[in-house]
Amino acid sequence: MSQAPANAALLQAMGELFVSFPHCVTLGFQYLGTVDRKPTLKVEWRDELVGNPATGVVHGGVITSIVDTCSGIAVTAHMTELETIATLDLRIDYLKAATPGKAIYCTAECYRMANQIAFTRAVCYHDSPDDPIAHGVATFMRDSNPKPMLTKEGGA
Amino acid sequence: MSAFMESFTQLRDAKRYAEIIAAVPYAQLMGVEFGEAEDGELQFRLPFYERNVGNVTLPALHGGLIGGFLENAALLHLMWNSESLEAPKIVDFSLDYLRSGRAQTLFARCEITKQGKRVAHVLIEAWQDDRSKPVAVARAHFLLSSGS
Repeated sequence: MSQAPANAALLQAMGELFVSFPHCVTLGFQYLGTVDRKPTLKVEWRDELVGNPATGVVHGGVITSIVDTCSGIAVTAHMTELETIATLDLRIDYLKAATPGKAIYCTAECYRMANQIAFTRAVCYHDSPDDPIAHGVATFMRDSNPKPMLTKEGGA
Repeated sequence: MSAFMESFTQLRDAKRYAEIIAAVPYAQLMGVEFGEAEDGELQFRLPFYERNVGNVTLPALHGGLIGGFLENAALLHLMWNSESLEAPKIVDFSLDYLRSGRAQTLFARCEITKQGKRVAHVLIEAWQDDRSKPVAVARAHFLLSSGS
């Protein structure tokens, strides 16, 4: 069953906001949009993101960042109004090495939005989510900080 | 053995820390530094840089960046303390965020809990000004041989 975002304008603003965070800009994350409350991010392969210079494989930390960011956006797809969230924990399974030179995509979903905690899962892949490089699960604290991530004037 | 592992071994034996970081592009991009602490154990440092921020209103270090810093620390710690000439491969990584990372230096230390023939288990802890108040704790499994 397909599901529209709880608040499409908020989701769009949060998708754009999350990839505008300085470290996401450093890594070059792009928000490609959300289908069925499942957002997708993309990061192009670059020399600077390599973890193993012998092979050119992207550093696992880049995968951690894209999973954390994309999973956070997936939580915002379930929000009716703006709230601040914080990652509580995160686990990444590295299923196989990423291919040097190829862009990496991450698609995430929030599969349970409880009162205080949001539960997410994500996959990273090159060509198809059915052929993943990495799988990530995370939990987020809802309403984690009274300081909003986005001001009301920010479009949300 | 790869040229990277050969050069890592040489740099390690000469304790040329900065050159090891320079050989790992993403570690260099984050701005990681490391060296031996007074007790002889490796200690990793990440001075604060604007480019590493996540939430700008707090401001806080990006959670993914903290993960990358800790994962990188675990990998280098393992390579530093191993005689293997093959680069370990990360299998899984699990991270608990305990406090937000503020706009100051982040430190990390690792402990090899188990080093078997094929798999190693590493614990990692990160803190800022008070080690008893960790920003994050993590654990990772690494494959030590390609098994071919």
